[in-house]
Parts: sequence; C-alpha cells; structure tokens
Amino acid sequence: MLRTSTLLKRCAMAAIVVASTAFAASGDASGAAPAFTLTTLGGQPSGLSAYKGQVVMVNFWATWCGPCQQEMPLLDQMYKKYKPAGFTLIGVNVDKEAPAVKELLTRKPVSFPVLLDPANQVSKAYHVDEMPSSVIIDRKGQIRYIHRGYKPGDENDYQDRIRQLIRE
Amino acid sequence: MRLRQIFLFATLSGPLLLCGACGIQPWVKPYERDRLADPIMAWDRDAISNAYLDHIRESREGSRGATGGAGGGCGCN
Amino acid sequence: MAHRHIFARAALLAALLLIRSTIADVLPDNRADVFYSKYSGGGMDITGYSATARAKITENFAVEANYFVDKVSGASVDVLSQASVIKDTRKQKSGTLEYLHDKTTYTASYMSSVERDYISDTASFSLSQSMFGDLTTITLGFANTHNKVGDNGGTANKPDITWVGHALTRAYSGGVSQIITKNFIAGVNLQVITDAGYLANPYREIRYLDPTKAIGYTLASQVYPDTHTSTAVQVQAKYYLPYRAAVTGLYRYYNDTWGVVGNTYELDYTHPIANEWIFEGRVRYYKQGAATFYSDLFPFALSQNFTARDQNLAALDNTTVGAKVTYAFLPDGWKVFKRGTVTGDVSRIRFNYRDFRDIRDFGVASVPAYSPGAEPLYKFSATVYQLYVSMYF
Repeated sequence: MLRTSTLLKRCAMAAIVVASTAFAASGDASGAAPAFTLTTLGGQPSGLSAYKGQVVMVNFWATWCGPCQQEMPLLDQMYKKYKPAGFTLIGVNVDKEAPAVKELLTRKPVSFPVLLDPANQVSKAYHVDEMPSSVIIDRKGQIRYIHRGYKPGDENDYQDRIRQLIRE
Repeated sequence: MRLRQIFLFATLSGPLLLCGACGIQPWVKPYERDRLADPIMAWDRDAISNAYLDHIRESREGSRGATGGAGGGCGCN
Repeated sequence: MAHRHIFARAALLAALLLIRSTIADVLPDNRADVFYSKYSGGGMDITGYSATARAKITENFAVEANYFVDKVSGASVDVLSQASVIKDTRKQKSGTLEYLHDKTTYTASYMSSVERDYISDTASFSLSQSMFGDLTTITLGFANTHNKVGDNGGTANKPDITWVGHALTRAYSGGVSQIITKNFIAGVNLQVITDAGYLANPYREIRYLDPTKAIGYTLASQVYPDTHTSTAVQVQAKYYLPYRAAVTGLYRYYNDTWGVVGNTYELDYTHPIANEWIFEGRVRYYKQGAATFYSDLFPFALSQNFTARDQNLAALDNTTVGAKVTYAFLPDGWKVFKRGTVTGDVSRIRFNYRDFRDIRDFGVASVPAYSPGAEPLYKFSATVYQLYVSMYF
C-alpha cells in the first residue's frame, strides 16, 4: 500500500506530464483570416476589409487582463513605427460592457483602432484560446502567425514577424 | 487510511482523465473570464488576514488544515 | 505552583499549511501590507503587528517576506483557575520564493516563530499546475515543522524556562480547483498532517476527583500520545451574482487519531460598490467532538494511559459573525502605486464548551461555590479586530 506522500508525489508528476502536453504555444498558423465588422467606441462600423492589402495584427484584449494592459503601450509604439510601411494594428476588445473600456482608454489612450466585440463573435471565429492573443495577417489576408499570451520581450517577436511580412 | 488515499487519487486524477480521454474542450473561453478575473472572485483576496484568522481558529479548536484555495482568475498567459 | 496558559501556540504553521492561493498563469501583483490586529476574549488580549511585502524580481520570479509580532497579556480560564497572569511576545518571520514556468508555479517558504518558551521552524514547498484551458488548477504541497517546547517555571516578568520536548510535524496537501461556469468556481482540498514527539501544552493540567482535598480534586500533568495524524477535507464554491457580488460557501470535515471530529461551515458574501468600496460579511459555525482521552474531571489518578484537559480537545462549538470593509483611497493609482486600500475587519466569536467546566473559584475564602463536576460549563466571547493598509505597485 502506498504511503500518502508517495501517492501525492506520483499525482504531481502525472499532473505535470498531462498538463505540459495540453499547453498550446504560440506558432505559425494558416488559413484565410475570417472577415468581421465591429463598431468602434464612437459607434462607427469598421472591420478587417478596411485594411485590405496591409499587414494586420489583430490583438484580442480586455480591461480585466493584466498582461493585455502591459503590452498596450508597446503595441502602440509598434503601430506608430510601422504604420507608414503598410501595417495596421486592430485592438479587438472582448469586454461585455463598454464603459470600462472607455474609462481605461481615456486614462491610457492608444492611437491604433479599437473595435468592440462584446458578443465574442470575432473571438470565436478566430478560435481565441488565450488572453491576450495576437493574430498576424499578411497582405493577402492569410493568417500567418498566432501569438498566445504576453510576457515582456514578446514585442521583439511581434516586430520580427511584422518586418518579415512587410517585406513580402 | 485506504479510503483517504482513494479519495485523494480520485480528486487529483479526475480532471486529468476527463480532459485526456474524452476530447472535451474547455467550455469557458479565455475571453469569458471577466467575472472570474474580478478581485471579489479571488479565493484569498487578503491572504495575510485569512492566515491570521486561521491561526486564531487553530489555536482554539482541535481542527487544522485544508484551508485556502487556488485557481480562478483571468487565466491570462 | 503557578501555571501559565499561552495563547497562539498550536497553529504557528497556519500560514504555511494554508493551501497557497495562486492564479497559475501570471504571478500576482506586487503588494505591501501593514497590519494591526487585536484579539480580546476569554480574559486574554493579544495585539499583533505585521508588515509584508511581495515583489516580482522578473516576470517569472517573485519573493515575499513577512514579519509578525504578537503580544499576549491577560489570563485565560486555566490560568484564572490556577491564579496567575501571563505576558509574552512572539516574533515570526517568513520568506517565500515563487517561480512561474509556463502553467506551473513552484513555491518554497521558510518560517520561524520564536516565543521564550516555544520555538518553531517550518520549511514548505508547493506546486500549482494550471490545466485544461486554465479551467482546472491542481495544487500539491508539503511542509515540515520542527517545534521546541518549553515550560516557564518562573513568572511573567522573571521567566525560568525548562525545555521539555521536541515535536516534528509533516503536512501533505492536495487541492483541485475547477471553473464550472463563467460565474462559478469550486474546489476541494485535502490535507493530512502527522506529528510526533512532545505534543501537549505543558501549562495545561488535568484534574481528578480527590476527596482528601478541600476543593475536591487534585491537578496533575496531562499525558499525551507521542503521535498524532489528522485528515481534513474542505469543499468550497464561489458564485458571481449578476449585479456584481460574490457568495462563497465552504464545508470542512476533520478527524484525527485522537478521536476529534470537527465540522466547519462557512458562508461569505462580498459586495463591492463602484471602484472604491468592498463590503464583506461572514458567518461561520464550527462543532467538534472531544478527543478520546479528554475529560474535564477524571475519576482518580492514573485512570487512563492518556489524559488531557486541554480545552482545544474538548467537545465545543463556536459561531463567528464577521464584517469587513475595504476602501480604496487610491483607486486608480498614483505614481508607482497602482492601487491603495485600507481595510477594517471585525469578527465576533462565541465559544460554547459542552464538557469543559469553568473552575474559577466563585466561593468565599477558597471554598468553591460548586462541587467538582458541577461547575458551570465554560463559555466566552471574543472579538477580533484587524486593520491593514495595502499598497499595490
């Protein structure tokens, strides 16, 4: 009969093995980027089609997500830097209510377009399985790369991918 | 002792077996975690205070252990 | 012979046996707390002061340090029965390291607690794994404590400590937390604790009937087994109410090799208002059955192998009603601080003993008002105050 301590140790190892196989990492992806139309904070409709021919990064974020807040200023810098070269960043916000989004963006404004997805239709269409998620789409409208989560330093990864796609 | 071990094993292995064998997908999506991410839904919003209350109770009662909680939150990253 | 009762001895490991709260994908925010507490009840006054700080060194690595000082004064029911006052200070220090790798958080801690007649050191390690789309979190932990127990034969102001024994405690814990719906999370914890060595409180004594004495009984030392194993299982759930509030329920079942069975029921309600206020109310009911070798009054000397009259092992129940208010004086931050809050928390606990009697003399000239075994059952109320300021940065 196993000692409780041995049993617990074995369960720990089993848990880690199963969990590590289940973890989805960032990586290359493929397929046409699903089209969408959402509204801006001001109520204007906008969507992916408005940026045809550009390299687009769709960033899924929420006011309640810590890492999302962390990367916003860096995304803003990146947007300003690469916009002249034909790059756009669309911030798709998944909050259920707009007031919190408005309040946050008033305190910490960004220059890239922010669209609201309260019904989570676009999040579902893009199979968002981590918060935040950034989907990088090439000029032909094909999804090329999905970055899941955010840790400081990931912005370098974003920039490498974007530069690569801009040059194509 | 044996019952305790069975209970422990079932508790810890249950979710493992569930997700592995049946191909069930997580049913609460990461973009649906706004309420779970709310600080009022944290198990230990003030860990120091909870530890202090536990300490008071354990000093006066014959029971100890199994307090606290983990998990929940935004599930970000 | 004067005997003292020391409050706050049995559970120095509370902070570490607690299954550590983790959200396994991001290390919690940096935070510093300054904490004041006061326990007043059963003739005892205990004031505590504490400072804690935690900070992320890198995105994956955090450290936390805590310093806690408790000052005890007063005289509990045992002491009043045996006529003496106690005064003591306890100092506790702890340090914790947390490391996050992918979906796993590893935690290592060390805690040391020192009073002049009780020294305790605990080392613990735990692991928390987030899985299944971050809906499930599994936690496993282990803690090892070494205690050195002393007996103060002198007075509160002129102590004379004799070290009477050591004890070793090992705690094994496991827990699973599961998100059920976007409004509902539940969990179950299991903890098995084994101790070996000197496990009694040297200041508490048993009494046995003795017709040769004027008061009708004689005091004698407790005799405890030198091993103890306990199992506790707690189930808990939290539900988000649509108007923005949370309700939490928990039930814990405890039993051990000393025959103590304990049931804990607790209900909490948390209600925030805007971004600045959080109100919380809690109700807790606890009931336990006595240890097999416990008795308020033994029939004669050496009637059993093991004897105890420690009120912690008696048949008792207690009810707690508590309220907590948190106010964010810095709701949106200021300079390097993301948020600043001040919290006040008051709990009122009513203890009722079913087989522990209050043997303080009420009679005239040391002739007790009651014959042995007919004294009133002991009951008392205690109030716990906490006040703390928390800065998030």
